[in-house]
Amino acid sequence: MQEALLEVKNLVTSFRTADGTLQAVKDVSFEVKKGETLCIVGESGCGKSITSLSVIGLLPQNGSIESGEVLLEGKPIQDLSHEEMRRLRGNRISMIFQEPMTALNPVLTIGYQLREPLLLHRNVSKKEATVKAIELLKQVGIPYPEKRLKQYPHELSGGMRQRVMIAIALACHPGLLIADEPTTALDVTIQAQILDLINDLKEELGMGVLMITHDMGVVAEVADRVMVMYAGKKVEEGTVEEVFGNPKHPYTKGLLNSVPNIDDPEFELEAIPGSMPGLNEEISGCRFHPRCQFAMDKCKVLDPPEFIDRNGHTAKCWLHEDEEVKADESNGTVTATV
Amino acid sequence: MKAMEQSPPPSESKVLLELNGVRKYFPIKGGVLKRVQGNVKAVESISLKVFEGESLGVVGESGCGKSTLGRTILGLEELTDGKIIFNDQEIQDLKKKEKKKFVKEMQMIFQDPYASLNPRQRVGHALDEVFRMHTKLPADERRMAVVDLLKEVGLKEESYDRYPHEFSGGQRQRIGIARAIALNPQFIICDEAVSALDVSVQAQVLKLLKTLQRKYNLSYLFISHDLGVVQYFCDRVLVMYLGNAVEMGTVKDIFKHPLHPYTQALLSAIPRPSVHGRKERIRLTGDMPNPADPPSGCPFHTRCPIAQDVCVTDKPAWVEHRENHFAACHFA
Ligand SMILES: Nc1ncnc2c1ncn2[C@@H]1O[C@H](COP(=O)(O)OP(=O)(O)OP(=O)(O)O)[C@@H](O)[C@H]1O
Ligand SMILES: Nc1ncnc2c1ncn2[C@@H]1O[C@H](COP(=O)(O)OP(=O)(O)OP(=O)(O)O)[C@@H](O)[C@H]1O
Ligand code: SF4
Ligand SMILES: [Mg+2]
Ligand SMILES: [Mg+2]
Repeated sequence: MQEALLEVKNLVTSFRTADGTLQAVKDVSFEVKKGETLCIVGESGCGKSITSLSVIGLLPQNGSIESGEVLLEGKPIQDLSHEEMRRLRGNRISMIFQEPMTALNPVLTIGYQLREPLLLHRNVSKKEATVKAIELLKQVGIPYPEKRLKQYPHELSGGMRQRVMIAIALACHPGLLIADEPTTALDVTIQAQILDLINDLKEELGMGVLMITHDMGVVAEVADRVMVMYAGKKVEEGTVEEVFGNPKHPYTKGLLNSVPNIDDPEFELEAIPGSMPGLNEEISGCRFHPRCQFAMDKCKVLDPPEFIDRNGHTAKCWLHEDEEVKADESNGTVTATV
Repeated sequence: MKAMEQSPPPSESKVLLELNGVRKYFPIKGGVLKRVQGNVKAVESISLKVFEGESLGVVGESGCGKSTLGRTILGLEELTDGKIIFNDQEIQDLKKKEKKKFVKEMQMIFQDPYASLNPRQRVGHALDEVFRMHTKLPADERRMAVVDLLKEVGLKEESYDRYPHEFSGGQRQRIGIARAIALNPQFIICDEAVSALDVSVQAQVLKLLKTLQRKYNLSYLFISHDLGVVQYFCDRVLVMYLGNAVEMGTVKDIFKHPLHPYTQALLSAIPRPSVHGRKERIRLTGDMPNPADPPSGCPFHTRCPIAQDVCVTDKPAWVEHRENHFAACHFA
């Protein structure tokens, strides 16, 4: 067994809003091992980004971790000071976002932005940093790297900017790379290049990757394991083969059935009725029951626990009641069924 | 929902819209004198037909000219060159007044319906306005028409008095659809109409569009960067690259037997939602060239995996290789 790089245990993240305190992430646990890619997938607003921002301590002003633990190589990091967290980011954990333009500084050259983390976290001279910066740009497949160092972000295409972001993220050989929709804004041919790049680098550097996406196609392409979120909760988790080959939760099945299949034009497309509830909508029982075609009476009143099978494939759904209830590792008790 | 039935073969249906060498350049002005220094060649000589009751998909990467093509057909962009024939009549040179009757026949649905709705106007009033401007119906009949329209797109009657922000993305897109079909058009351009929606909701909206198409014999120009959705929804597809038409044919021909190397690369780049699909891709290197300074010869030659010398010098012609299957490639 590979050791866990990142462990998230019973994470609850909430926001102070005009409607009171609302939970965006409700008791979510998962782990990422070295050299593995975990994909978090789910539709807009299900809590994917807030989960990852909780991990790296970059929550919006009105948000905070209400309870739970975040462990990096076994050490809790959720209570670190801002300064300690800043040192961790860009050094041991790196993050790339959907829109590289918002993460890159428009008034600084690519070279400056690449050298900065090296000067900050590694004890290198400016000259060494420049050499390393060129090497990084080469590694992410950017032609004429020497020339790019002097350019500004707006002078590059979208795909090129995302590569620069990845180069910056990789500068200090982070153990963990968090990528939040890194290719959503890109064309498919460029997306394919970036996904290949992330896959190759993961293998070469033995990084753990936490990848967030709403695209089932991207998941199938890069994930080793998959975690499906719905309305702030984890509803299914398993290996990519299990989740695609034998999806358990009605929401996961619905997601897979809503995506047209390029290779099978006869594929029956089925819409899931309704839409994702807002944070302030109270739903009794299973959060998915109003949209679920299998919902039973029980589903309307009791929130299902996580059921787990022999393959370690979990689903938070009463249809799998015949399986074992997943033991809650953090406190040794069984997840309450209320 | 079953895989959508395809319309009868194009040759049996009536031509609703025909484009003949349609071109749209955006002049680049610069210098102190604001002289025209060049052109962004957004749409480069496109010819095609749209038949009654069919959906023609338009695919291609960002900036290839899909939206500009749609906007030019609707007269929202001034045509640089070419002919647009709608219902057997040339419409590109029509004066404002004559054009008005075509406005009713051609509508557009956008990616972000929120941006095209007035946030301070009740949805019912927004729809009422369409009838007020284009019909002579009295107020009570207009109200009835709006309520019918809301029901037609699957919204409740109560929606009449609601504001846009009170609706979800999928519901807002239904409002956009209601507005587009209000005047019984023959032709609707859907510009990334389902792209901003979650997949579960996307399927609902596609289904609605298809139902309306059957009921009213509508023709769609369905612009999308999502090839999966296009394959599912459309009868035929136009593939664009850098303002040029590179391939056009039935969905089956394009997806099963693509002739153009760009179409082949595009299809192979799509991440498949299946773990058995992890296979070797045709990898395109580099980015799309600048449409203000397009490459010589074939517009695709800078990224094409099979390009030869002739591709750098000669622009390939638009050739019908098989019935209804066109491509522009020296080696198709
Ligand atoms: N600053 C905030 N204040 C209040 N609610 C917020 C805030 N930021 C996010 N939320 C809410 O938290 C929920 C989860 O948001 P999150 O950004 O994690 O969604 P997501 O799964 O990443 O969606 P997307 O696919 O659209 O990026 C959403 O309902 C969102 O509206
Ligand atoms: N008003 C304008 N003035 C100058 N250039 C324009 C204008 N509108 C579009 N363009 C340019 O024309 C080209 C085609 O743009 P268009 O918006 O049609 O592409 P698209 O295929 O719809 O892309 P996307 O998938 O990103 O929507 C682009 O290079 C764009 O920058
Ligand atoms: S618990 Fe019930 S409502 Fe929830 S997903 Fe399972 S069957 Fe559907
Ligand atoms: Mg997000
Ligand atoms: Mg567009």
